[in-house]
Amino acid sequence: MMTLSELFSSEFMINLVVRALVVGFLVSLCSSLLGVSLVLKRFSMIGDGLSHVGFGAVAIAAALNMSEMKLIFSIPIVIATAFFLLKLGNKGKVKGDSAIAIVSTGAVALGSLLYNMSGQRSTDICNSLFGSASLFTIGDIDLILSLVLSVGIIILFVFFYTKIFAVTFDESFSKATGLNTSLYNTLLAVFTAVTVVLGMNMMGSLMISALIVFPAMTSMRVFKTFKSVLISSVIVSIVCFIIGFFAACLLGWQTGACVVTINLIAFILFHFAGKSIAIKKNV
Amino acid sequence: MKALLGLIKPVSGEIKFCCVKHSEIGYLPQQTDIQRDFPASVWEVVISGTLGKRGIKPFYSSAEKKLAKKNMELLGISHLKNHSYQDLSGGQQQRVLLARAMCATTSLLLLDEPVAGLDPVVTEEMYKIIKKLNDKGITIIMISHDIDAATKYASHILHLHNEPLFFGKTEDYILKGSSSFFKGGEKE
Repeated sequence: MMTLSELFSSEFMINLVVRALVVGFLVSLCSSLLGVSLVLKRFSMIGDGLSHVGFGAVAIAAALNMSEMKLIFSIPIVIATAFFLLKLGNKGKVKGDSAIAIVSTGAVALGSLLYNMSGQRSTDICNSLFGSASLFTIGDIDLILSLVLSVGIIILFVFFYTKIFAVTFDESFSKATGLNTSLYNTLLAVFTAVTVVLGMNMMGSLMISALIVFPAMTSMRVFKTFKSVLISSVIVSIVCFIIGFFAACLLGWQTGACVVTINLIAFILFHFAGKSIAIKKNV
Repeated sequence: MKALLGLIKPVSGEIKFCCVKHSEIGYLPQQTDIQRDFPASVWEVVISGTLGKRGIKPFYSSAEKKLAKKNMELLGISHLKNHSYQDLSGGQQQRVLLARAMCATTSLLLLDEPVAGLDPVVTEEMYKIIKKLNDKGITIIMISHDIDAATKYASHILHLHNEPLFFGKTEDYILKGSSSFFKGGEKE
């Protein structure tokens, strides 16, 4: 246990906390925006599948003694998987959800086998599954990448908001009327992959997809237009992250678990709020 | 149908349009289950029909807003503007999608089973609306399993059963006896 004043006692600690806070804030922002589109397109499980592949990639990087390079190592692999899964979702003999199960469990199995063979300690692997409790794992490269990612996603959602709506709501209509739907799907896949890899460090690969799914689902309990759902998702995601982050810091708990628990509480609250609004309307 | 819209490539041959561009076709697809619980206002759905011809401009212009308003009036859904799409009845949803298709076109509408899943009363209304659009000078190509309605409203009929069995004016189709295609047309 530590108090806020202890938390900010040394400049070194402040730097660590602020860096983690900024990265988490940006990842929450990105994942909530992407999440609305992914959830509505019935792609929620893609985030989950990608995080498992990310875990596999990180484990392999660790086995090869390249832990410092793990972001650089895993991002291309996860992006490639995202493409593969999105393509499969549309057609193919192996249907989307079973393809995700095969790819994600396969990646986890390969990753942990290689890791065991390299004979290293298993704490690293535990950290990447459940998210690390220490803030030391978040480096400058996380910070830079998450800044670049958020700028990209904010530009996409502010300037191409109307097109994202159209492509999400009805892909074949959009394609028929001349929108480049595969460009938007590609952007979505790349951004989702990078978000998942960045968030994995703090949240753990078992829980990162919560950041994608929860804010959108929570907001859809209460809000009924696309724009309001997007705005609400961003706010819910960021508020939940900040509460969860400080709770975790002060109590010495794992950040990922705390943030997801707060998200779960928010979902339950919104669920009942949505129900009571519906009842009021009918009366 | 999908080849006509450029969604897939034709198996053989090519499709030529004399006077419309691809992006000027209005399309009413069959509803997907994604749409049934999609959080969107009627306004958001209708105006998204104007996107195809707009290039990369990020926001809707006032001309596009006017077009969307006009088409909502035409289909009698102006009062639903701020309603949530998922709360509407099947017939109302279909009219919203038709208004969206109208935003995309001035001359040609492709309808893919527009009355699928609608009850008889709403089906009749839907056909009347489509007829009204047709009378306004918009060409309508409709995929349908409803032969009675097709012979009642359409001017030309293309009857497909693995291969084209008939194409021509509706009167000729009736004269030939549409039922003959189902009994005599089968090869087994």
